[in-house]
Amino acid sequence: MSTATATIAKSASRKLSLDRRYLPVLGTIIVFLLMLVIGGVRYENFLSPAVISNLFINNAHLIVLATGMTFVILTGGIDLSVGAVLALSSVITAALLQAGVPLILVLPIALLAGSIIGLGMGVMIQYFDVQPFVATLAGMFLARGLCFIFAPESVPIRDEGFIAITNWGLSTGRWRITAAVVIALIVVACAWWILHRTRFGRTVYAVGGGESSATLMGLRVARTKVTVYVISGTCASLGGILFAMFSRSGYALTGVGMELDAIAAVVIGGTLLVGGMGFVLGSVVGVMVLGLIQTIITFEGTLSSWWTKIVIGVLLLIFVILQRILSLRRT
Amino acid sequence: MTRIYKHRLFWPLVALAALLLACTIKRPDILGITVLDGHLFGAPIDILRNSAPLLLVSLGMTLVIATRGIDLSVGATVAIAGAVALTFIASSDHPASVGTALGAIIVALGLCFILGCFNGMLVANFGIQPIIATLILMTAGRGVAMLITNGQITTVASAPFSTLASGFLLGLPVAAIIAYGVYLVVALLVRRTALGMLLEAVGINPEASRLAGVKSKTLVFTVYALCALLSGLAGLIFAANTMAADANNAGLFIELDAILAVVIGGTSLAGGKFNLSGTLVGVLIITTLSLTVTVLGISPLVTSLFKAIVVIAVTLMMSTRLRTMLAGLRERRRFQEVSA
Repeated sequence: MSTATATIAKSASRKLSLDRRYLPVLGTIIVFLLMLVIGGVRYENFLSPAVISNLFINNAHLIVLATGMTFVILTGGIDLSVGAVLALSSVITAALLQAGVPLILVLPIALLAGSIIGLGMGVMIQYFDVQPFVATLAGMFLARGLCFIFAPESVPIRDEGFIAITNWGLSTGRWRITAAVVIALIVVACAWWILHRTRFGRTVYAVGGGESSATLMGLRVARTKVTVYVISGTCASLGGILFAMFSRSGYALTGVGMELDAIAAVVIGGTLLVGGMGFVLGSVVGVMVLGLIQTIITFEGTLSSWWTKIVIGVLLLIFVILQRILSLRRT
Repeated sequence: MTRIYKHRLFWPLVALAALLLACTIKRPDILGITVLDGHLFGAPIDILRNSAPLLLVSLGMTLVIATRGIDLSVGATVAIAGAVALTFIASSDHPASVGTALGAIIVALGLCFILGCFNGMLVANFGIQPIIATLILMTAGRGVAMLITNGQITTVASAPFSTLASGFLLGLPVAAIIAYGVYLVVALLVRRTALGMLLEAVGINPEASRLAGVKSKTLVFTVYALCALLSGLAGLIFAANTMAADANNAGLFIELDAILAVVIGGTSLAGGKFNLSGTLVGVLIITTLSLTVTVLGISPLVTSLFKAIVVIAVTLMMSTRLRTMLAGLRERRRFQEVSA
């Protein structure tokens, strides 16, 4: 009897300690649901299919950015270049389409631009010991400068093929899903699979948990660290294409400060910035929370747009302190 | 010769000289200084004056980075300082009086100090990672500045306040005198006392320095408060320059420029040893870069591309890996010459 209760207690405690890994994500989900409930109670039509669909449609590019950022942050790095790379790829897409280059060539070129910048930053970080912060800062300046070289002014997209993709969508009743959302969700699914079902994914977590121990274990640390920046760069340029689909144009000044939104989404999504702990699905919920803040402020009507920033800051503060308390209790 | 070559400021100074050289090739008379109405004018004086806000911010940033931290919120603090000062002046009865200007400065700097204390509390007392702790204020700060100005660009006319940016004292711009004066005071304070060494100790190993009796928490807290105070001062100079509080664009990206200046100056983001003279060179490089780009007739929008090139070049040249690679090449060549 007593041994049985002991076992139960033990398994219960083990279950609890296992849950702790999920606690930050759980907190994010609770906040998300709470915001949905508050919005639903306060405003009519808040919990309508159109609002929820728009939440995804308006933030598809940010979901992709946050997914790439999750990889980098899991290894304990940071990528400040994503906003500028997003702008670069949207500008390249628009400029090349305007020049009459076929769509089938334009998309790979735009994607590759981000991968190459990511590769350069990864090599600087891994092989020349440049701090991730500085290397990606340089990447950000580089991408932003290149944007202005390609097209200093906003370039409209009139390519029929591109517009056909943009207009594609499924709708049942008032639920609506666009090509951008489908692509974003596929990216998230791939990221989840890579992080949790492949050797590379486990190495990412291992590098974030402790780089020297990962090296001593014989894991391919160098290759992994370079690859995460390539992934993040590619995700950022994919985000740029999605953003070009959303706005049907390419403009050099899009995505200023978007890297901060992506980082905020990842942090609110429960990923520790020191690396080694977090989930890509958490980042998606983080993006949803940011999007919901914007929606609520729009619904409120009387609140000015700058409250968005203040609320995001306060949420960040709460989550960071929460994470801190959790990690203190763990040690 | 090798001692000069190996000096940590060699490559940054080469970069600065190259930028100035590019200017002089295009316009040979650019580095001349003329005297007009008893004031000094010319490109070098412009560089000194334009570098004032960045120097103040970078000075604080260097000390923060020395403790293994980083402060992303300086740009937001710059915006808040300008918003508070100009809103204070706009709402007072005598906008043009000296007393109002002084009051505005004190209120703005006071608020910035409190914001710095908030950052310091998060980092030193709660043990939150600096990059995230200051990201909070960076995100929320511009919102707060918008809240203060009510979303509008507040413009005021106050002669005493605008002296901060456009005034001259002894022929030199007031902004430059303030910034370089503060730089000297902080440099003396840090390098002529044990303070600098203590900061480095905290940056190299916080735990060991605490065991050795260094009050690391107090030091870290103070550094963030000081950094916000200096950013506030920079914000006042910014606001006085345009006499308009633009909550969205004041000090935009100044945190990145400041971090860049510090890194170009040879202070590692990993904390520990810091180099104030390097930061000064870094600030001058970044300010001169804008001038060079304008003089060469390149669109100022592309400035960021050149910034990227400078950062990549300087950080790569300073990386030990590339140096050992180059040294290895030279060594091998010498060996081949000897054996031949």
